[in-house]
Amino acid sequence: MNTSELLARDSFIERNARSRAKALLDEGSMTELVGPFDRITSPWLAMQQLVVQADDGVVVAKGTLEGLPTVVLAIEGAFQGGSMGEVGGAKIAGALELAAEDNRTGVPTQAAILFETGGVRLQEANLGLAAIAEIQAAIVDLRRYRPVIGISAGTVGCYGGMSIAAGLCSYLVLTGEARLGLNGPQVIEQEAGVAEFDSRNRPLIWSLTGGAQRHQSGLADLCVEDDTAIMRATVARLFRQGVPKQHRSARYADFLASLAQLDASVPATAQQVRAIYTRGVQS
Amino acid sequence: MTMYLKQQLEDGVAAAAPVAGTGCRGVRWLAALTGDAQLDGSYCAALHVADATLAGQPARYIAVVPDPHNRFARVRNGEIGLLEGWQLARAVHEVIEADRDAAVKRPIVAVIDVASQAYGRTEEAYGIHQALAGAAGAYAEARLAGHPVIGLIVGSAMSGAFLAHGYQANRLIAFDDPKVMVHAMGKASAARITLRSVEALEQLAASVPPMAYDIRNYASLGLLWRVLSPADPDAPGAADLAMVRQSLEEALADIVASGRSDLAGRQNDGLRQASGKVRELLRQQWQGAAR
Repeated sequence: MNTSELLARDSFIERNARSRAKALLDEGSMTELVGPFDRITSPWLAMQQLVVQADDGVVVAKGTLEGLPTVVLAIEGAFQGGSMGEVGGAKIAGALELAAEDNRTGVPTQAAILFETGGVRLQEANLGLAAIAEIQAAIVDLRRYRPVIGISAGTVGCYGGMSIAAGLCSYLVLTGEARLGLNGPQVIEQEAGVAEFDSRNRPLIWSLTGGAQRHQSGLADLCVEDDTAIMRATVARLFRQGVPKQHRSARYADFLASLAQLDASVPATAQQVRAIYTRGVQS
Repeated sequence: MTMYLKQQLEDGVAAAAPVAGTGCRGVRWLAALTGDAQLDGSYCAALHVADATLAGQPARYIAVVPDPHNRFARVRNGEIGLLEGWQLARAVHEVIEADRDAAVKRPIVAVIDVASQAYGRTEEAYGIHQALAGAAGAYAEARLAGHPVIGLIVGSAMSGAFLAHGYQANRLIAFDDPKVMVHAMGKASAARITLRSVEALEQLAASVPPMAYDIRNYASLGLLWRVLSPADPDAPGAADLAMVRQSLEEALADIVASGRSDLAGRQNDGLRQASGKVRELLRQQWQGAAR
């Protein structure tokens, strides 16, 4: 990419959650539900004298994409690290539940989730965890009818219980700036020691959990450029593809066969992961 | 698997020193609830799967237990790692497949005592999140297919491990006991991530119910269907076993009577009033929005 192309580029990553959601939907079709003017904020943050946000860091955007009813659930990574509290979690779970209900009454509503999240908001711990369980339940319900597309553009990435939710999506789209993993590097270092994982070793973190690696090892469907038009076209194409024959989360036989070949006594490398999963999972 | 092997496994487990200190409860309660039923030997040692009965009909019981000899070093104290996640998925999908054409779907009982997800480099590299999605997705699919799923929390129900094993259940039952814990993250890590000291975190947890680690605070959130007080949660006696079994049977009857395969059963009163308000407002605004 040369300088003029770079300047002309419409970055998806640089948009905030609301702007990302709007960009994915047909022009002029977006209505925000339970938006900032409804002022449902986290009662638990307030109780701890922490700053609340009028949308609790989650945007529920309903509209159409290529004319089809679509709901985009966008997490704002800039508020509390995109963490899931009671209110934000209920917004995502509740919207997915209504989308599934639509499908049962003949309206083929589909959903995309923009994951920019560290996982559970620890200030609301068990209520965040409970909401994530409900988000997961709703994804599995809805994906029977229409695809649920997960996107993590970066730069926060997708961690904790929400990485499990991402693993339940029909399709998963990342950029090279996104990371996807269950345990954040700091948490692994805290729990298992710096010899297990050095949270300051950023090249290692990106080589193992970055968007390019996740795509090359079959744990994500695509790794796309940071470009709004490309992102929108990709999402539209995946919706057109419809529900996959088998969801990634149901491929236990393939993953177990691959993992049987792995030598657990040596530290994993990016190359090994690609080699093992390219043979067993990406087919 | 032979009874001899089952016994050997239990001995091996008893010899280990699980981090959470309750790691044997899963083994013991699953064994007590399934009686003479043999463990399915086709699963990894950290997974106890037994087919027995509940209320006179076939039921599958599943527990994740400590495996001190696990070839994955970070999965030796009752954590859920890569293999455990995908094997849970298999244990549940097998049941869905077996009952695909059955009029009555057999119940699944998840006996929950899980220390945490596995924290390790190998686990992250090979996508432990996807393995746990395999497990959570399988339980959710079973529930949606009409299998009554009951989670029995006998020890720790921590974070990603709980999401993978139990949190998708139609009904959750927990023991009222100091060693029973539900949380999103261990205290040291939670303190580090929220930039607080462990002492400050504990102080906050005492006044903010969702931040607490104990089961009584958790029960106040309204997510549990029932709380039980066995005389000895570490060693199932005849009276305790009868009480637990009766509660499982009542949970099963309640699920069947509700006719629902979703998680509505846990949207009780409790302290989750904001969740209810969000859902109510979403529903009001949903129909008016563009289609």
